[in-house]
Amino acid sequence: METIRRNILQPIKDLWSLFVGLKVTGKFFAMKQVTVHYPRQVIEDENLKSYAGHIELVGKPKSPSIPKCISCQMCATSCPSGCIKVTRQKAPKPTPEQQKAMDEAKAKGEKVKKPTAPKNPAGFMLDYSLCSLCGTCVEVCPVKSLRFSNDIYLVGRSRDDFKFDLLERLRSQAEPGCPVSEKKQQARMTDGNHG
Amino acid sequence: MTTFINIQLLYLIIALVAIMAWVGLNALVLVYCERKFAGHIQRRPGPFEVGPHGALQPLIDGLKLMGKQLLTPDGADKVLFWLAPILSFVPVLLLFVPIPYGPVLTGMEMNLGILLILAFAGFNSLALLLAGWASNNKWGLLGAARAVAQAVAYEIPMLLAVLGVAFITGTLNLTEITTMQGAWPWQWNIVLQPLGFIVFLVSAFGETNRAPFDLPEGESELTAGFHTEYSSMGFGLFFMAEYAYMVVVCSVCTVLYLGGFKGPFIDGWWWFLAKTYALLFLMIWVRWTYPRVRFDQLLNINWKWLLPLATFNLLATAFFIKL
Repeated sequence: METIRRNILQPIKDLWSLFVGLKVTGKFFAMKQVTVHYPRQVIEDENLKSYAGHIELVGKPKSPSIPKCISCQMCATSCPSGCIKVTRQKAPKPTPEQQKAMDEAKAKGEKVKKPTAPKNPAGFMLDYSLCSLCGTCVEVCPVKSLRFSNDIYLVGRSRDDFKFDLLERLRSQAEPGCPVSEKKQQARMTDGNHG
Repeated sequence: MTTFINIQLLYLIIALVAIMAWVGLNALVLVYCERKFAGHIQRRPGPFEVGPHGALQPLIDGLKLMGKQLLTPDGADKVLFWLAPILSFVPVLLLFVPIPYGPVLTGMEMNLGILLILAFAGFNSLALLLAGWASNNKWGLLGAARAVAQAVAYEIPMLLAVLGVAFITGTLNLTEITTMQGAWPWQWNIVLQPLGFIVFLVSAFGETNRAPFDLPEGESELTAGFHTEYSSMGFGLFFMAEYAYMVVVCSVCTVLYLGGFKGPFIDGWWWFLAKTYALLFLMIWVRWTYPRVRFDQLLNINWKWLLPLATFNLLATAFFIKL
């Protein structure tokens, strides 16, 4: 009796699990899909903002098109991949009046006051194709002028597309209504549907 | 006399051409349905980008397959290697000939229609064996050995189940089997032969090498089984043949158990198609639900369950007919 139960009745009872399986997949079939059709839809998620893309410059609070950067070269020297190139601004040529004043001061034996170069950089180039995203530059920056950008949709068709002029980028970000400005980016995150 | 033969011949040629078109069309539709089903069950959209809702995807896949290089492995037996896919596909065309799609929509009415189908369906296992053997590849050979062991095993309960229907109808002619059944579901053979229907259906999965019995091509252990070495249309023919066999098996099942083209209100090919496709969708649903069985389990299901059940069904049928 036990043998019959174990070898015949139990397997027949177990057949029920086949229907349970079909019910599960059938239910999933009728459920809403979870796939996001990427170019037509994007996802709304706070977590996307913590995405660390290539670095970008942080503007001064009052004039957002000028970076906080003081051209100290800390980022460029600490970068293990050598992908950052910061150029200092040259001191402006003294105007004739200033030159005159300087000459006079020199003749009198006083301390000469040369016009000083502005601290913010003349050029800030990033070769993202070399970057390993280690974040050392962001950590080392004494004035917190660097941060990671968070555009997850960055694409390029050639190597040159990943050589960024970060100053140019900051300027265009500061302009109202620019495609990569922060506000617009946030709007894109929340509206969740763009072309 | 000659004109009679010519008309018959012409009719047969038209039927064969129509069947070829039907097989091709079915392969496209079924591939699309299969992938859509798989997608939706896994909560994905399935193919979506080519054409509206990915409808042109199978067509593009077919074109891609045709555009690929035909490779023959170095150690392969060249003649057998290329004979196998052709041998797998060509008999399929013959299998559709006796199937009655509608009251007049039959390739050729034959007295032994079901026998013809069962006989020529056996060609497929020969083709698979040749494919696996000729490609000189151990996965191919293992796949082929499995295919043959499985096909031989599952042929028997299937035949016994068919025999049950043949007993109650007294004919092997598919058109006659259809016309003997009524229009409404309770007049179909499935009511008289519920056990036979189940045995037939399970054997059909085994015969067509469909999941959960798709061991000849078990990807996880045999890469692709018997068609490991096939590229381009060599693989394409196996693929088409597999889907064609599915359609044949479901069509036969429809004729034997589900009343064929008979249906409520108006008989016709639409009922036949609806029933066949319902069975095909069941096959797809099952494929994406159950995991693949182990080989010993596969043979145990057959020899310990299906065969005794089919025999019991046959004996019971014979008994009740004599009564």
